[in-house]
Amino acid sequence: MPKLVETRFAYGDALAELGALNEKVVVLDADLYNSTRTCVFRDRFPARFFDMGISEADMVSTAAGMAAAGLIPFCNSFAIFLTGVCYMPIRTQIAYPSLPVRLAGSSAGLTQGPDGASHQALEDIALMRSLPHMTILSPADDLETRLATMALAELPGPAYLRLGRYPVPRVCGDDYRFEVGRAVRLRAGEEVVVFATGHMVWKALEAAAELARDGVDAGIVNVSSIKPLDEEAIRLAASTARLVVTIEEHSIIGGLGSAVAECLSDCTCRPPLLRLGVKDRFGESGLADELLEKHGLQPPAIRAAVLRRLMTVS
Amino acid sequence: MVITRDILELERRAAELRWRLVEMMGMGKAHHFGGSLSSADMIAALYFRQMRYDPADPCWPDRDRFVMSKGHSVPAQYAALAMLGVFSVEELATLKRLGSRLQGHPVMGLTPGIEACTGALGEGLSFANGLALAAKLTGREYRVYCMVGDGELHEGQLWEAFMTAARRRLDNLVVLVDRNRLKAMDGADTAKSLDRLDERLATFGWAVREINGHDMREICAGLDWATAQEGPAVLIAHTVKGRGVSFMEDRPGFHNAALSDGQWAQARAELARALAEKQEQAHAETR
Repeated sequence: MPKLVETRFAYGDALAELGALNEKVVVLDADLYNSTRTCVFRDRFPARFFDMGISEADMVSTAAGMAAAGLIPFCNSFAIFLTGVCYMPIRTQIAYPSLPVRLAGSSAGLTQGPDGASHQALEDIALMRSLPHMTILSPADDLETRLATMALAELPGPAYLRLGRYPVPRVCGDDYRFEVGRAVRLRAGEEVVVFATGHMVWKALEAAAELARDGVDAGIVNVSSIKPLDEEAIRLAASTARLVVTIEEHSIIGGLGSAVAECLSDCTCRPPLLRLGVKDRFGESGLADELLEKHGLQPPAIRAAVLRRLMTVS
Repeated sequence: MVITRDILELERRAAELRWRLVEMMGMGKAHHFGGSLSSADMIAALYFRQMRYDPADPCWPDRDRFVMSKGHSVPAQYAALAMLGVFSVEELATLKRLGSRLQGHPVMGLTPGIEACTGALGEGLSFANGLALAAKLTGREYRVYCMVGDGELHEGQLWEAFMTAARRRLDNLVVLVDRNRLKAMDGADTAKSLDRLDERLATFGWAVREINGHDMREICAGLDWATAQEGPAVLIAHTVKGRGVSFMEDRPGFHNAALSDGQWAQARAELARALAEKQEQAHAETR
């Protein structure tokens, strides 16, 4: 059994690593530093750590001011509060002037689990994707999370980093190279091409292994950079695949599925698209795995959905 | 201690600022007259006396910063920046036109001298806190001034920011409340209570002083007092919305309004007369 790691832990460690490398990095949290794992940074660099209390909007606007003065602030909270409560200040004060504020949304998606719908961010990508200048990163495992976090130190504009609290295995190889705007093919396969993001990359890989036993050749592409989107990779897949699939732990409205659909709509060659995700519903309390199962996001359900859809494709 | 000659000169500048405001806004198009005019004296005191600022280098890292949290009043700031020469006074005429650097609400990075993007009310003080915290962290000695409206105090985020500044003991931060008692539709106190604002701010951990926001001597003395405090200080400036134009004063209808030909002519005449009087007074004093 491979070692399973929650991406938030990899982020917390990487953030502290970044703090040692770059004095301009400051970290703000809204009373969740144990959950968001910014406690690691806090313990090492207390002078550059700001617990802003339970006031997310104040936190991101303060970070905007810090960025305007030359610092590189990382704001932290649960993904739903960070993007939902703070949409206006993020829009006006961070995205519009393109300030280098980093928004790390933790415990994103259904796998937030027992706290229920109020805490499960299923719309955060949609919110952030609507904002000009915003980069959106949704890493698949601990290694990619570390690389994405480090990459954020250099990015000129604002960014949203989507993190989870669901233990996942390493899906990226040891020589993995992360690049903003680049999707990475993790499994070869031409008949079906699956674009997955975050925790769903692992689930997609498992589903692809099952599909192979069914005689279906499914390639898996890790879309950790949702914005900018690797449109070339999508066009390439569209030119050969019988079916394109997107899988995300997010609403099928406004997230990865929508982004891929928008891209495909501009392609001359346009295969059918199957969007897997949360189908315009709210979440609820439950265990992470139970919730993924209920919403058809475990490998057996993914396999079944792909096979069902393939039957309708000529 | 501020000497009379300096006060008269600041009053002359404030009168010129008001006149330029109404000149740039013109007639026939809706503009935020009321709050721009109520804040004009404080803007003049900040830019022409208080702030450490080099108009030739508006990006100087050690400059004092002014954040207009009540972003709709930015024309007053544009007028001050143009009078300082940060950009030309001719550019003021492009206000809110397509392609202009002078947007309807402040845009940092686009307009020289503008320090923040505001316009959605309630967000500016948090941003100012961030600037002030960054100064502390990086060892810079600049000060941050932030103007909020009294109606804007309805926004909850401002109170979060008041708590943050007090907790961090930001002695490099001064807030000016433009207490003109009117919001867009009617009284600032009609929808929410702003009773005993001074006590509320004091219990939030701020040093508080009330001033007449149109009395230049009180404004200057207030700013001197505020910058000498050991933590964040707020000046509650009692003002009149639309100050300087008789038919706009204390009238909610001129929060954002288009002037008729006749109204514009009258406003210009009144402000030109006020400016001429101040010029004469300043001139007499230097004789």
